[in-house]
Amino acid sequence: MTSPHLLWLLSGVGTILIVASIIGEILRLRLSPAGENPVIENLTARINAWWVMVICLALAFIAGKPGVVLLFALCSFAALREFLTLTTHNRADHWSLVACFFLILPLQYWFLATDWYGMYSIFIPVYAFLLLPVVSALRGSTKDFLIRVSETQWALMICVYCASHVPALLYLQIPGFEGRNVILIAYLIFVVQLSDVMQYVWGKLVGRTKVAPNLSPSKTWEGLIGGALTASAVGTALWWMTPFSPLQAAGMCLLITLMGFFGGLVMSAIKRDRGIKDWGHLIAGHGGFLDRLDSVIFAAPIFFHVTRWVWSTT
Amino acid sequence: MIPALRAFAARVTGQAISTFARFMTAPRAIWQGIEPVPHQRVYFANHSSNGDFVLLWTALPAPLRRQTRPVAALDYWLTSPIRAFIGREVFNAVLIDRRPEARTEDPVAQMAAALDQGSSLILFPEGQRNSSDAPLLPFKSGLYHLAKTRPGVDLVPVWIANLNRVMPKGEIIPVPLICTLTFGSPLHLTPDESKDAFLARATQALLALKPQALS
Repeated sequence: MTSPHLLWLLSGVGTILIVASIIGEILRLRLSPAGENPVIENLTARINAWWVMVICLALAFIAGKPGVVLLFALCSFAALREFLTLTTHNRADHWSLVACFFLILPLQYWFLATDWYGMYSIFIPVYAFLLLPVVSALRGSTKDFLIRVSETQWALMICVYCASHVPALLYLQIPGFEGRNVILIAYLIFVVQLSDVMQYVWGKLVGRTKVAPNLSPSKTWEGLIGGALTASAVGTALWWMTPFSPLQAAGMCLLITLMGFFGGLVMSAIKRDRGIKDWGHLIAGHGGFLDRLDSVIFAAPIFFHVTRWVWSTT
Repeated sequence: MIPALRAFAARVTGQAISTFARFMTAPRAIWQGIEPVPHQRVYFANHSSNGDFVLLWTALPAPLRRQTRPVAALDYWLTSPIRAFIGREVFNAVLIDRRPEARTEDPVAQMAAALDQGSSLILFPEGQRNSSDAPLLPFKSGLYHLAKTRPGVDLVPVWIANLNRVMPKGEIIPVPLICTLTFGSPLHLTPDESKDAFLARATQALLALKPQALS
């Protein structure tokens, strides 16, 4: 599963994290030696969490297909929990919720692991969509019925269906790229997350014009353009490890950084509506799994299908 | 040998139950009114599910957990050997009899004795699981009598949110949603405070911790 290109990418990320950790430590010693500055403490927590996330991802890559599928199944589980904690449901939905976690999620990843494209690409939008409301309907409660079933379906689409398109990249068959598909995952996550980080940095430095003031005070046009262009430039410079030409790589990077931005925007709208700041608390400094994954979740299905249509033979 | 084995089994079972509770609900403790320090306390919480005390116990940091004993109903926990093992040995519960006509020991005296040994307590002042639409059932008087007998002990309200959605009454399989436990500021009985006034104040203190976004 490991290839020299993957090692290059991982050591690059490792170097970035080492530099970030050193800068973070210097800032902490200067500005917050006793832990009194919350911004510095949050920065330290974020960098430490990045180490854990990168190490988990690297271990999954080493473990190969089963490792990557399992890692994303667990991420889906955590994300689905965060999402369904905030949706509307009542006692009549108990069995549909149990089915989401213990039937639909494992089945989706099982279809994926067995490379059954015809099934995993429609399982949740067709079978779960039609059958899950039946379970709720049979329990008889009609109060907020459409809201309840829609929100549950939305949770499944975002947290399970879309998220599962990240490991699905392993099953594409691209001539001349055999055995290196894991690069596609590393590339997608790297570019999208780099764009998130750079949007934050550009936004802090020169951000003035808010994209959606009612929705998120931290998302600015300057941040978006600066972040997306920086990440796309880095992504384009890494074209040699992908199946794409430099121009194609640039197009793909712009596409996924834009989708990533939309993901952050849409998920912020949901958070704002429910009156919360973070989806969860399990990733120190970042919030929940969905806070970190929202951009990747929105970018993954589009990245998967464009790559499949243009480059894959399956 | 056998007691050592039982003690070991109890420790392993406790850890397993706690790990399972963590996996199922990813409990989040919000220390709003107090710090998680090893200080003797009586935690009193809302009671909507059988998992309540397990979750509260799990949310405490390990050093606090070891010295904290749940107060539980003897008439429930001694009905089968497995329940008795879990109640007595795993959680070291203070088992009180809810039936005045059948009991041989005074529940308040039992709780006071546990406090005198240095333990903290987990108490559900509603006295039974709340499956009504009201957020809380009327408190039983035990909390008041305990506060009167041991006026120095901190009475800490804890609101457990969402567990009734994880495991509604009558369901077998839990839904793994996130639960939050909000720890409020400690209460004490003030001199010449009446029973009703104190219980009303304790009820309000607990209700005030209920999160707005979640029900």
